[in-house]
Amino acid sequence: MDLLIFARGPGMYWAVTIFVIGVLWKLAGVILLRAKRDLSEARKPSAWTGLRAILTRSWPRRAFVHGTAFSEVLGYAFHVGFLFTLVFYLPHVLFFEDMFKGLLGVNFQRLFGVSWPYFSGGMVSFFGAVAVAALIALLVHRIVNPVKRLISNFDDYFSWLVTIAPLVTGMLAYGHVGAPYQTLIAVHLLSVELLLVWFPFGKLMHTFTVFMSRGTQGMQFERKGATL
Amino acid sequence: MSAAQAERYDKQGDIPDAERVKRAMQNFVRDFGRSAAIYMESCVHCGNCAEACHFYATTNDPKYTPIWKIEPFKQAYKREYGPFAWFYRALNLKSAVTVERLEEWQELIYDSCTVCGRCSLICPMGIDIASLVSLARHGMAKAGLVPHELWAVAERGEKEGSPLGATPKVFKDRLEWLADDYEVEIPLDKTRADVLCTMSSIEIMKYPESIVATAKIMKHVGADWTFRLDGYEATNFGLLSGDADWQRDMSMKLIDAAIACGAKTLVLPECGHAYGALRWMGANIYGKPLPFRVVHIAEFMAEHVKSGKLKLKKVGKSVTFHDPCQIARRGGAIEAPREVLRALGVELREMEPTKGLNWCCGGGGGVVTIHRADALRHRVFQLKMNQIDETGAELPVTSCSNCRQTFDDGQAHFKWDKTMNSLLEMVANNLEGEAA
Repeated sequence: MDLLIFARGPGMYWAVTIFVIGVLWKLAGVILLRAKRDLSEARKPSAWTGLRAILTRSWPRRAFVHGTAFSEVLGYAFHVGFLFTLVFYLPHVLFFEDMFKGLLGVNFQRLFGVSWPYFSGGMVSFFGAVAVAALIALLVHRIVNPVKRLISNFDDYFSWLVTIAPLVTGMLAYGHVGAPYQTLIAVHLLSVELLLVWFPFGKLMHTFTVFMSRGTQGMQFERKGATL
Repeated sequence: MSAAQAERYDKQGDIPDAERVKRAMQNFVRDFGRSAAIYMESCVHCGNCAEACHFYATTNDPKYTPIWKIEPFKQAYKREYGPFAWFYRALNLKSAVTVERLEEWQELIYDSCTVCGRCSLICPMGIDIASLVSLARHGMAKAGLVPHELWAVAERGEKEGSPLGATPKVFKDRLEWLADDYEVEIPLDKTRADVLCTMSSIEIMKYPESIVATAKIMKHVGADWTFRLDGYEATNFGLLSGDADWQRDMSMKLIDAAIACGAKTLVLPECGHAYGALRWMGANIYGKPLPFRVVHIAEFMAEHVKSGKLKLKKVGKSVTFHDPCQIARRGGAIEAPREVLRALGVELREMEPTKGLNWCCGGGGGVVTIHRADALRHRVFQLKMNQIDETGAELPVTSCSNCRQTFDDGQAHFKWDKTMNSLLEMVANNLEGEAA
């Protein structure tokens, strides 16, 4: 099974390497830019409280709920579904525990006193299905909504593709559907690797920059006493 | 807006196209720092910002989606400046920006953006989109791609000291006749004063009673104050047009005048962008903290209401307050005008939404000067009229002469039965112990 050997070995190695270096490169390229100190007299004694925007911007204000609720709900459905599938599926848990031990040299359970929790396969399938359904609905919305259609570009569609691919291939592998199991696993791993390789170059980077962006606006606005 | 209007754009100077694009990009990134780059990297194209924009809300035209208004600059950032610029160029994921694209975008960067910043508050990624539009204007101004009327008043401001012709001579003459007509003392060019007052050109030329109101209030609270001919004009069309050099020149006049008379406080007039320009950008232009305080006239009045020096008669009417975007939402002076209104004993009926989420009047950011944008601005203004009518308040009040002018124009256009009032003038007309 050459494909599986590649996907598990050099494929994963290079994908993770590109992911890590790419993410660090992009973050450094932004963070290392100059940041001028604001010399104006602050209205508030400390701007740090503005960091609350990292949390508060997770849901629109009442005045903005109308018109954004659809995207917000679907966005949450996708993110929660994706995260749960990624983090709480037993084979993934075993993979992460192995990685944890490999990186830190200590067992996760020994260090924290608890084992990594996981859901049943059925539960994970449910969350995976929610994530896939939300992604499909978001794609349809991107195509039919005039605003979204206008502002969308290659990054939006390609990032969508590399995000839904591991979910779909993973569910096919779980259900042993369409091909021999080893082939399905190989395809699943390759789709994950595609996601990792594309990650630093496109909008998926918002996984990290969302906190920086909200925090930046939060602190800038807070020192002025501006509405946040 | 008709197709013919939408296609129109203006150009300044005789510059080759390639040079225009180069200048646009150089000046766009001139003040580009970490914050702007973080914002540029964070957009997920969710389109939520459209919902917060009055231009989109009243037209449903997707081109008015706030983040789309800076698309060529976003494109240029990814292709030329971002950490993966080489990658985007190698795969041609972003094409090079052309002068035609910048010309096409002039309408979106100027005519249909008041830089009100409402979009910055809806963005789930926390992108301050309004600040990016301002950076885009820096590029457009140096590329000579500013709507003509806006550019013309900005240039006049730079050359004559006032965008609407309120030159030092005109201002001095006005002060003299106002002092005579209204029998009020208006100190000018005192060598030392605790408080330096400034005015906006709209007030000087269109609402001169604001000058009288300022003088009456200063006298009432016993301030040691003055106007100065070397720094009276707070309007900053350098900022609105995007010409950062002109913006600096205009701000430095006020800063130098305040320092020259040893002012402890510089009072900004009822003008929205003047507040952003000096209160929040002044020290950064000066290069160090300003040796004086900068306050808006509403903040000055609120302080004196609190200290008990500003005593007001009760007005006994219902009022709704229109929050000027640059003073309230983006400036943080949200409660000061309301404290003054409470001292006036009015029944305050808030709009929905209000304060930092209030809708813009549609005339800010220089839009009111751009004639070809009138039809669009009037369309947007209907939203404001509805908002005010729904409060059922007798008097709309604001603390920005640019908003006031936009309201006056909208009132005339729609034959609306409401006239916008100045908070400053309302206070001056209701000083305790003085005839109105």
